[in-house]
Amino acid sequence: MKASDRDLRGMKDDEFVDILEERRCSSDLGHAFRTFNPQPYKGGPPCSAADLNKALLDSHFLHRVVKEVAMETGSSQEKVMEEAGEILVEMSHNLHLPFIRLMGYTFSKVIKRLFTSIFVNMDGLNTLQQAVQENPVILMPNHRSYVDFLIISYILFTYDIPVPVIAAGVPLAEMKIVGEILRRSGAFFIRRSIGSDKLYWAVLSEYVRGIVRHGFAPVEFYVEGLRSRTLKSLTPKLGMMQMVLEPYFKGEVFDITLVPISISYDRVLEESLLARELLGVPKPKESTAGLLKASRVLQEDYGSMQVNFGQPLSVRKLCEGKINRSYYNLVPRDLPMKPSAEALACVSWLAHVVVGLQERGSLISPWSLMACLLIQEPTTVLAEQGLLWDDLTEKTLWLRKMVLDFGARLNWPGEAPNSAVMSSAISLHRSIVYLKAGRVYLTQEEVPLRRHRISPEEGVFRTAVPVLMLAAYRNQSLHALVRPAMLAMSICITRSTQRDELFRFFCFLQEVFANEFIFIPGNLSQDFEEACLCLNSCGAVYISEQEVRVSEQSSEVITFLQKLLQPFIDSYQLIFRCVCEEEQVQVFTEKQFLAAVRALALKLILSGELHTYETLSSDTQKNVLSALCRLEAVAKLRTSEINEFKVNKAAVRRITDALCGKIPPQMLQAPPDARL
Amino acid sequence: MTICIPLGVPVPHFGNLGAKSFTNNLSGHFCTQHYESPCLSFNRHEVMKWNGWGYSDSRFLFNKKGQAEFTGKRYKLSGMILPALKDWFEGTFGASLQHKSPATPLLNTSAVQAPTLNQDFVEELKSIGVPFSHEAEDRAFRGHGHCLHEIFALREGKIGRVPDMVVWPNCHNDVEKIVALACKHNVCLIPYGGGTSVSSALECPPEETRSIVSLDTSQMNRILWIDEKNLTAHVEAGIIGQDLERLLNESGYCTGHEPDSMEFSSLGGWVSTRASGMKKNIYGNIEDLVVHIKMVTPQGVIEKSCQGPRMSTGPDIHHFILGSEGTLGVVTEVTMKIRPVPEYQKYGSVVFPNFEQGVACLREVAKQRCAPASIRLMDNEQFMFGHALKPQVSSIFTSFLDGLKKFYITKFKGFDPSRLCVATLLFEGNREKVLQHEKQVYDIAAKFGGLAAGEDNGQRGYMLTFVIAYLRDLGMDYYVIAESFETSVPWDRVLDVCRNVKARVVRECKDKGVQFSPLSSCRVTQTYDAGACVYFYFAFNYRGLSDPVHVYEQVEHAAREEILANGGSLSHHHGVGKLRKEWMRETVSEVGVGMLQSVKDYVDPKNIFGNRNLL
Repeated sequence: MKASDRDLRGMKDDEFVDILEERRCSSDLGHAFRTFNPQPYKGGPPCSAADLNKALLDSHFLHRVVKEVAMETGSSQEKVMEEAGEILVEMSHNLHLPFIRLMGYTFSKVIKRLFTSIFVNMDGLNTLQQAVQENPVILMPNHRSYVDFLIISYILFTYDIPVPVIAAGVPLAEMKIVGEILRRSGAFFIRRSIGSDKLYWAVLSEYVRGIVRHGFAPVEFYVEGLRSRTLKSLTPKLGMMQMVLEPYFKGEVFDITLVPISISYDRVLEESLLARELLGVPKPKESTAGLLKASRVLQEDYGSMQVNFGQPLSVRKLCEGKINRSYYNLVPRDLPMKPSAEALACVSWLAHVVVGLQERGSLISPWSLMACLLIQEPTTVLAEQGLLWDDLTEKTLWLRKMVLDFGARLNWPGEAPNSAVMSSAISLHRSIVYLKAGRVYLTQEEVPLRRHRISPEEGVFRTAVPVLMLAAYRNQSLHALVRPAMLAMSICITRSTQRDELFRFFCFLQEVFANEFIFIPGNLSQDFEEACLCLNSCGAVYISEQEVRVSEQSSEVITFLQKLLQPFIDSYQLIFRCVCEEEQVQVFTEKQFLAAVRALALKLILSGELHTYETLSSDTQKNVLSALCRLEAVAKLRTSEINEFKVNKAAVRRITDALCGKIPPQMLQAPPDARL
Repeated sequence: MTICIPLGVPVPHFGNLGAKSFTNNLSGHFCTQHYESPCLSFNRHEVMKWNGWGYSDSRFLFNKKGQAEFTGKRYKLSGMILPALKDWFEGTFGASLQHKSPATPLLNTSAVQAPTLNQDFVEELKSIGVPFSHEAEDRAFRGHGHCLHEIFALREGKIGRVPDMVVWPNCHNDVEKIVALACKHNVCLIPYGGGTSVSSALECPPEETRSIVSLDTSQMNRILWIDEKNLTAHVEAGIIGQDLERLLNESGYCTGHEPDSMEFSSLGGWVSTRASGMKKNIYGNIEDLVVHIKMVTPQGVIEKSCQGPRMSTGPDIHHFILGSEGTLGVVTEVTMKIRPVPEYQKYGSVVFPNFEQGVACLREVAKQRCAPASIRLMDNEQFMFGHALKPQVSSIFTSFLDGLKKFYITKFKGFDPSRLCVATLLFEGNREKVLQHEKQVYDIAAKFGGLAAGEDNGQRGYMLTFVIAYLRDLGMDYYVIAESFETSVPWDRVLDVCRNVKARVVRECKDKGVQFSPLSSCRVTQTYDAGACVYFYFAFNYRGLSDPVHVYEQVEHAAREEILANGGSLSHHHGVGKLRKEWMRETVSEVGVGMLQSVKDYVDPKNIFGNRNLL
């Protein structure tokens, strides 16, 4: 491949290999029974699941907690210990090579049907192979689909690297047979809401720490906590991250290696389920029967999948100067202890760094670029008149050049002509759009024959499903565009050219949208700098020491980027308005809040006042609520069983005004610790 | 009954050689007539190396056949061929006998700065009749300890700031006079005992502008009396460890204080650095051994009024002296506990399948409070190292026996040779009790998978202690530099400290551009109720580095940071000196430093004892 082709594909110099290619030409059974002989960790003896459990139940740490719990609850220590044992039984993995083989065999069969190819970067695997021998390794993939769950184990098995133990939710364990298969393939199970169950926390944390300390198998977990319904990164959850890192903080291991893994899909299996879920249709409970029913999804084509193993990160190096490990020197090792504020900040920072790297490691598909453009068209136009195909292809190629300038990684097949790439993307996604007579239209579910009329609300809902799907695919590229887009938005709203004024507004936007887009805490000025450089690199702005000035010729970049963020601004403004509108209501529950927002959004979409359907997404709605809490415009009341919220309308109005540039934004919170 | 040892004991240094030239009349003769140019007795480098460790006649070298041998006649290993050392040396460090980095053979006296003398002080010193010298050799010899950077510079012929003169007081009264003169004329005094410091404590502060006088205590080397009723001995502080032990042995006693440096280090040095001896499990560390201390300070003499075994009279003033590292005054006389020489001694050793098991065993031994006089656990790297020092076996039968042992341990017992480690033991007492004790310890060891591995291995382990410093000089002839450092740590962190510090050394070497993989090794050398003392060795081949000493210093610094981060102490017995000063504040807290500072300010307001150690 020529260098220029490579650049256009955006895959840089990494050598991605399609692991399905070999599976298609040799026996799956042979693959499942291959000699699996991974290099062990530091040549240490392996540690069986049973040994691990025994060590946990014998640990001083657990005994201390059991004693405390027994004191607090008034039950006997034996009883509490028994309880701990039960928790462990529910939780613990039971990694068994034969099951890995069985899993491998089934998996080969299934994924060959689903995907045309699975690309894996070989150099990433090679460095991982080295890394697992040196330090305990934590595999940290993003989570976009249930398929993620075993793909890493499958790849590691194929390449002779110890298969990981994987943190999973308890509902998976409750699936008949499947739960047990997962358990024996290395999954361990964590309850969703642990709350203040001290014993459960103790068992879980000691269990996780034990696995890390022994280092015999990598630990895999989703730092985002759950599957992202919007295909956007989620704010990382810190509980698991902290448990995993604690052995390093306490000096029980020399170092820990974090490996961010970016999994990207051309097409996500659950796409329409996710969109419906966002619109309020509850997620079907995980069950084996459900899984079998879902087997119709196996009939469809999902294009290719890319798994990009990131460079291993040394926790030790990252934490240098950030954490004082001697904090733990004056108490016994096994004393349950709250981590220091410094440690918590460090954990959070690391988690954000990993999410950031997951984003930078993911490959943007041609379809995602097209989705960015499609969603900027008015929905009615897209549904009725359609968009000229030639316009779309031309603009997609323009956008491709831009994101490459921004340094994003692209997955643009180099061997086929561009137009073929784009039309195959369209046909892969015919559940969302279709091409007819040189125009692209939004796909809408057919109306069941028996019913002749549908209500306008139902109509909105029917349109919303493909639109939210489209938005999700747009989100796959957002990480590459969000910083320059925020700068573009700042330029449009403030109409300023002053660097510091733009920076202030840029910070304000980051603060408001902290739940939508993941930024590394304390990285504000670098983010701003990066945004300036991006816009500069594509000729959209000139930058000087004091100024950022828009160039006349390429205002389309600014316009495009501004429109990219507009749905978020619109949704937030609408929801702010909704919160302030209700005259008497000062206190509401989350349920009431969601219902009110939905009703208002529906009304305004029908009246043509609101142009984005994304306000209907429960994800957006919840994000706004958290943002308001974070900005202290809404307070969570802890008086009742159900969470209630109290609104400070003046504060919400201030944010509203700041967001449309009426008043200058104040720094809403103290700047974060400079060290972070 | 009290025995007074008459004055005129043979000259302090090193038995057989030193005794040849001097017998009696040390005090009378020299002090009055030869004070301006002291005789050879004052000149240690007649028998000791000026730029390396120990006796001039004892050194390792690779002979023409490429075999390692140890010269001289002083040690058990002396005159022996060590056939395995070359392969170990080349294999471990990637070194080669072809690549030599020899030391400057002779001290270039012109490289030593001319002395800054305080003439008034010198004149008055002459009048009180204390011998002194400002010869370059004398001064250079007392301007350093045995840190790697100090020895490395000497080997390259580089001499930094050294004392401007050396004085040799003969007794407590001489010291009082010298200190009074120093105060009167504002002269900086640096006490000098055995010169075995490894904390840069003897380095002259470069910012010192006053005349620096090295106060060499070597002539204060008498046992003044032995009290058999209370089992104490009153000793002048300049006495060297091996002489003290030998002289007491003649009366059937010992102190039992055996730091690894005991061949060369002095009693006063032990007190002022809080030294620890190998057999502390029976005899205690220096702070347990001293009953009474006399120290001369600029404010006068500090001592207690009686020799009660324990007192409740406010904070123990001995603890201002112990560990003061020459910043407050000169320790002149010490009353120490003594014990009858033990009837029976027995070495032993135990092989463990891995280091973790070994530590668990030591912990159990400490828990049951049945530690032998000494118990040490070497890690796998040191075990291999010990093996490389095995002398040529005399018969086919021994080598066959060795092979059989190895077979038994690795094949039959399934020990992994790359993981196993060995504990060395030393038992002391009456024969019956020793055997009983031995059985108890071996029984515990067996519970942790330990196999008894014979007396020879044990004894060789302890011999290694005395020759390892000589080995550093051999390494330095071939581009290999090495250093050791120590810490103390609670039991629950012993494994973590060992693992993390060793790994840190390896990683830092790699990061700092060291081309060859380093040796990074440790051993647990002392057990206590609540923790252990851990000793680290690290060494690397510095070929290809432009500033090896700087790299080494960075690595050592990082290693100390790692120790502290893992709950280890700043030092167990080497002391702080100037090398580890930067961590004092975090080690003893702001208030702690303030306390020490206020003592210093009261005792020595003019900073006469200006070596600038500790604070």
